[in-house]
Amino acid sequence: MEAFTEKFGVGQPVRRKEDQRLLIGGGRYTDDFNFEGQAYLAFLRSPYAHGRISEIDTEAAKAAPGVLGVFTGADMATDGVGRVETDIPLTALDGTPIFKTQRLALPTDKVRYAGEPVAVVVAETAYQARDAMELIGLDVEQLPPVVTALQAATEGAAAVHDEKPDNCALHWENDTPDAYEAVAAKAHKIVTIELTNNRVVPVPMEPKCCTAEINQETGRMTIYAPFQGGRRVQGAVADLLFGGDGDKVRQISDNTGGGFGTRSKIYPEIIAICYAAKKLRRTVKWLGDRSETMVSDLHGRDQVNSAALAFDENGKILGYRLETYVNIGAWVTENGARLAIDGGGRILGGCYDIPVLYYSCRNMMTNTVSTDTYRGAGRPEANYIVERLMEKAAKEFGIDSRELRRRNFITDFPYTTQMGMKVDCGDFAACMDMALKDADWENFAARRADSEARGKLRGIGLASFVEGAGGRPEEIMRVRFEEDGSVNIYCGTYSHGQGHATVYSQILSDKLGVPFESINLIQGDTDTAPEGASGTYGSRSSQMGGVAIIRASDIIIEKGKKIAAHLLQAEADDVTFEDGDFKAKVGSVTMQEVARAAYDPARLPDGLEPGLDETYHYTRDGGRDDQSYPNGCHICEVEVDPDTGDIELLAYSAADDCGTVLNPLIVHGQVHGGVAQGIGQALTEHLVYDEETGQLLTGSFMDYGMPRAKHLSDIKAAFNPIPSTNNELGVKGAGEAGCCGAPPAFVNAVLNALEPLGVKHLDMPLTPNNIWHAIHNTESEGASA
Amino acid sequence: MDMTGEQRIAAPKQVVWEALNDVEALKASIPGCEEVEKKSDTEFSAKVRLAIGPVKARFTGEVTLSDIDAPNGYTLSGQGVGGVAGFGKGEAKVTLAEDGEETVISYTAHATVGGKLAQIGQRLIDSTAKKLAGQFFSNFSDYLDERGASGKSGA
Repeated sequence: MEAFTEKFGVGQPVRRKEDQRLLIGGGRYTDDFNFEGQAYLAFLRSPYAHGRISEIDTEAAKAAPGVLGVFTGADMATDGVGRVETDIPLTALDGTPIFKTQRLALPTDKVRYAGEPVAVVVAETAYQARDAMELIGLDVEQLPPVVTALQAATEGAAAVHDEKPDNCALHWENDTPDAYEAVAAKAHKIVTIELTNNRVVPVPMEPKCCTAEINQETGRMTIYAPFQGGRRVQGAVADLLFGGDGDKVRQISDNTGGGFGTRSKIYPEIIAICYAAKKLRRTVKWLGDRSETMVSDLHGRDQVNSAALAFDENGKILGYRLETYVNIGAWVTENGARLAIDGGGRILGGCYDIPVLYYSCRNMMTNTVSTDTYRGAGRPEANYIVERLMEKAAKEFGIDSRELRRRNFITDFPYTTQMGMKVDCGDFAACMDMALKDADWENFAARRADSEARGKLRGIGLASFVEGAGGRPEEIMRVRFEEDGSVNIYCGTYSHGQGHATVYSQILSDKLGVPFESINLIQGDTDTAPEGASGTYGSRSSQMGGVAIIRASDIIIEKGKKIAAHLLQAEADDVTFEDGDFKAKVGSVTMQEVARAAYDPARLPDGLEPGLDETYHYTRDGGRDDQSYPNGCHICEVEVDPDTGDIELLAYSAADDCGTVLNPLIVHGQVHGGVAQGIGQALTEHLVYDEETGQLLTGSFMDYGMPRAKHLSDIKAAFNPIPSTNNELGVKGAGEAGCCGAPPAFVNAVLNALEPLGVKHLDMPLTPNNIWHAIHNTESEGASA
Repeated sequence: MDMTGEQRIAAPKQVVWEALNDVEALKASIPGCEEVEKKSDTEFSAKVRLAIGPVKARFTGEVTLSDIDAPNGYTLSGQGVGGVAGFGKGEAKVTLAEDGEETVISYTAHATVGGKLAQIGQRLIDSTAKKLAGQFFSNFSDYLDERGASGKSGA
């Protein structure tokens, strides 16, 4: 037994069992599923950012060759299909609830962003559907668009929703500003910063797509689409189209080609496709292209922040003031308005002891695609602000930024933040020391001199960060031994890059002492997922799903002891379980032998149900005490070409405390991926809408800057694991850390490089053009001074 | 998108002005033009096939003339829809000035595009617009030449 737990147990660098299949093209993605007699669907999307719908003339399209049906929002309303959105229980300080938008899958009154779907065409072939879609007459009375959060907040700006003329869905505050003002009045120094967190688009490799298959005999619908979990979409489609009967709807994501948060949402497109399939009683397939995916997938980030830290004379923080305008887009989606409050709000002050907080968050509606969860979901934004502020404060105090951080790190745990979150453990200084050592910070001056000799500007930058992870408070796992001794784990957490098949197998192999190879993960299907099982988001699968596996295994061990006792003719109380063996004084039996006996009624003790098949429903109280707090310190070293503004990333050192490391190979991969996405946001990515017309200007890979291999460097990832006290595995989550650490570390490094030129402020993305302008504005100011 | 330009045409101002208001001359000159219809003295409709970068589409549009100051200039405003490609709309102020036997056409245009055109073609619009303007005037000169309208041999 020991042989394989040593090799495949928790903490071992086990290679992903998923990869062989995926690397040889064996993955099955949504477009790989095709059905006899399937029809094809195309969306007509609004080319206008804002306008009142006068008429949608579908007659010519309906008469076009091959067309089976053309549907608009009016058709869906006639059939009683209701609102797509879920409601959010957030209120303003005075109790005013958040504004509820009334989104239908296809709008009937107005179009609110360029690319909003307004009609669907279903035809025998994909080309016929597209051709017919061009024949739809969309008559829109155009209105001026509002594009940015600040534009939307301007007096007299056009109203995205007539019922909410000020465009503010929710002005949330944690408190009145009084307490902050009081400490600010006696502060030795107040350091302020204005920051824009650039809008980005999550780019899963698999574009947005969906096939709604209809069983001709039963009318049951199976939705094939890339999701991070199936229950919620199953529930939404059942509620909107099948009178709440969940048995009528099944959802399958055999493989999901990237999630990043954007694949955890219920899109209006999905509802419209399912509606058309049900209405026509035909299997309907839709494959969005890249531009259609970019114009309709929920975007990420997009905040404007005005922040201040008040310090005493020793550089100790007295209070933090943050005013944020979030661009939540045209519709109040499930998490859009929560990101900056429930997401980033969890860890607003980063790793620092903040005694007093004033936080004002205005969620502004605009004529753009809604923003929602994107890897990190509010925590990268929050960490970015405070890390930029600490760096600026250190300069204003004239002390080393590492020292200023040390003076303010939270050191007494558990620590309750001003937002009421209980941070259970961490050692922020230890992570920083580890990163400083890996980055060889002490010898930076020599490397800088070397760059200078080559006419380049070298910079080094650091960011400490903390995030709150854990997601929703329940997950359900089923562990089932088969008669042949193999074990199946049934789950609702969908793996889309996290390596669940590997990590869950490690956890189970370690716990039950069964061979790693004998464990299978059954996932990606609401028919096999345990009832109520949720999904994969917010760095939760290992800490929720993993713990549920442990606890289901405990039930199996207890039942196994009874069977083993019967087999060994011992008392159940005398049987112990260790390293895969049930032991009594008289002898021992293996887990597999017990599993086989469990299916043989002749070998079972009286009164015991056959089989070894247990499901555990793991719940946390869902309050503020049961999150985990992954944290770390990331250090970036860059070289800037002062002539062109081009930045080269030279070195990256990450020291992460993601709690217990279940599989270092996989966690390294998660750190690398997160850092790449963080560098992407900081260096190249920027989703831009034209402020005059509301048109999306970066709707293809020609215009939207995805990071490439040349933008990255070798990434050192080290771990300082301090097990979470909130779950028995001790895991904290690792998927989102890179996105939190990379942007501030990178920007701080570039600011450090440009310091000799007098550049004091930068906003992401740090494209060569933006850097060149920052350099030259400073030079011209310097020349006139 | 904003564009300004100047084009010298080897024909008298009155001839140029008339051609700028003539359906046949416009049809021959507008690149990709399939149809022009004069609905009134100030209203035209047209069908034009265009390619902007990877986006190819047939645009159906209406053009209205205003601030007419014959034969010195006018303002054109119009919009066209190109199905899935999106839409474009814009305005151009056109003035004609005599220079001996020749005419100098000056124009200032402001246009916006929407839909797929904006999403994919935006970076290419300025260069495409310049190219289309160049083609228009080249075709326009050729048209006048063929008709013998240019220079001294006019009717």
